[in-house]
Amino acid sequence: MAPETLQPRADSALPEQAMAPQPWRIHSVRPDVASNEVFSWTLYPEPGVEPGPPPAPGQFNMLYLFGVGEVPISVSAITADGGIVHTTRAVGSVTRTMQDLGPGAVVGLRGPFGTAWPVEQARGRDLVLVAGGIGLAPLRPVIHAALERRDDFGHVVVCYGARSPGDMIFRDELEAWGARDDLDLRITVDRGTAAWRGDVGVVTQLIDRGGFDRRNTLAMVCGPEVMMRFAASSLERRGLKPEDIFVSMERNMRCAVGFCGHCQIGAHFVCRDGPVFPYPVMEPAFRIREL
Amino acid sequence: MEVITPQAVDTLIRLLASDGYEVVGPTRRDGAIVYDRVHGLDDLPAGWTDEHAPGHYRLRERDDAALFGYVVGPHSWKKYLFPPQETLFRLTRQADGSFTTEPGESDAPPRAFIGMRSCELAAIGVQDRVFLGQAVQDRGYAARRRDVFMVAAHCAEPGGTCFCASMDTGPRARGGFDLALTEVIDATQHFLVAEAGSDAGRAMLDRLKPRPATDAEQAAAERVWAEAPEKMGRQMPADAREVLNRAFEHPHWEETAERCLSCSNCTLVCPTCFCSQVEEVPDLEGQRTERVRRWDSCFNQEHSHLVGGAHRDSVAARYRQWITHKLATWHDQFGTSGCVGCGRCITWCPVGIDITEEVTAVRRDPEGRA
Repeated sequence: MAPETLQPRADSALPEQAMAPQPWRIHSVRPDVASNEVFSWTLYPEPGVEPGPPPAPGQFNMLYLFGVGEVPISVSAITADGGIVHTTRAVGSVTRTMQDLGPGAVVGLRGPFGTAWPVEQARGRDLVLVAGGIGLAPLRPVIHAALERRDDFGHVVVCYGARSPGDMIFRDELEAWGARDDLDLRITVDRGTAAWRGDVGVVTQLIDRGGFDRRNTLAMVCGPEVMMRFAASSLERRGLKPEDIFVSMERNMRCAVGFCGHCQIGAHFVCRDGPVFPYPVMEPAFRIREL
Repeated sequence: MEVITPQAVDTLIRLLASDGYEVVGPTRRDGAIVYDRVHGLDDLPAGWTDEHAPGHYRLRERDDAALFGYVVGPHSWKKYLFPPQETLFRLTRQADGSFTTEPGESDAPPRAFIGMRSCELAAIGVQDRVFLGQAVQDRGYAARRRDVFMVAAHCAEPGGTCFCASMDTGPRARGGFDLALTEVIDATQHFLVAEAGSDAGRAMLDRLKPRPATDAEQAAAERVWAEAPEKMGRQMPADAREVLNRAFEHPHWEETAERCLSCSNCTLVCPTCFCSQVEEVPDLEGQRTERVRRWDSCFNQEHSHLVGGAHRDSVAARYRQWITHKLATWHDQFGTSGCVGCGRCITWCPVGIDITEEVTAVRRDPEGRA
């Protein structure tokens, strides 16, 4: 059946806000690893900029460098006074240029976009967060939310895998979380160092230690695709239902609103329908190469 | 039913122009029927038709003077509503390091499209769902789309690569137009049956001074509608969506990849393909820059760029993405097929890959054993 043509709506949902980069100023820059390959910016809107709604944990913004280009970056924290923290790994032409910017520089921002981690759905339940590498960044707002309302949740387990001790991000916070007795932080690295006394190996072995109620746990997983796939399998083996596991996907997101077509995974636009997906929605895609 | 003369099409073009429309329609250029400005009847490809086969397109002279006696060319109306290149924003750096953002120009005049095929109206319905039907509307598309005056020409002679009948999108346009014409031509008569599809279309038709159709004229137009579906060169299996949803890992895509040049011709001629990329185009002094949107294609390796390299590296994965999106996952995303059966991707594929044949091949051998 031929689709009927549509008429433009008068009430387009904030097209300028959604599509036009708004100026935000870098308030502070913090290297998250010694090499500064990973760094965090705290941004505040320039005078006159009407910020979008506060980003929910798991959402992302499009960050734009004048004359260079635009990249999707997840929100790794929000400050009490409306600042937004983005944690970036310098890997491409835009992010490497970002690396050179310091406090006071103005960048473009539009967003927030995408789906959020189902933090409310975890109320009254145990919470297991599994992060690989920089995948800890989009999960950090969940940790902040859980610690802020600690009594709303049961056990909170954070499993974090990094390539090496030197690649671990948010070191200060990791130490603070590790010192708490109301948060179970487990860390492993792929390759240890002489000084490393912790675990070595894949992050799934941290899941296999259990310590959460298999019947009443919500899990959120963010990291490389292969890691998410194995983490989800481990969680299922521990007795979690697939629908209680959530993953955050990465694809080439350019427009963030479902126009540009780049971020498709099968029927899903990662920018619009994700990046956070229930695991059962993504599970078939994990099994198909180059989908 | 009302009838106008071929000469009234000239009047129609001139009236639309005097009403302030930029009138675009079919015209003959570089051995093809393309869409461009038309100023009167003389610009239309009267007496020409086009041959279509996989990887084959040729213009041929007809033995009559039919105005709309061709099928479709490489162009679609997409180039006017979703232009191949468009400045989305202009940004200017300020003294304090900040910048200002202005929307790119919406310079498009209101346009009138002459000679739209049913499949092309359906294609606009498909793109409307992308650019107008989501949470955010595309500003430029909405502006250009709002004012279009659409004159359809029901297809009398579908071509060798056409399959709109099997997509249920034609060959007779059922709506979405302001005015629709059915051209009847034979040795003794040449006239057009006109239908209004909107108030604006009705008003325009009145200005063309139509006369009521005789019974014989009405019968002749009905014969055109009845016979056109029989002239389709191809057919899409009705269960294409289900077939492809089961065929993501079918070995057939490897065979297709041996022929596919990943040249992106199919996506460029497709009236519904909407992928785009935005490029940053700064001036030399670095004070001004533009965000320029250009058509992209899922056949380009960069399309699936990720930190570790292209996610869809193989041509097989790219072809699979295109065909499964077009015919299967598009339904999930936008509630309609992404294919309207115009056949352009078959005609303009340099190696003649046939989307209907591809579906038929995996349908015939669902397990990929052959």
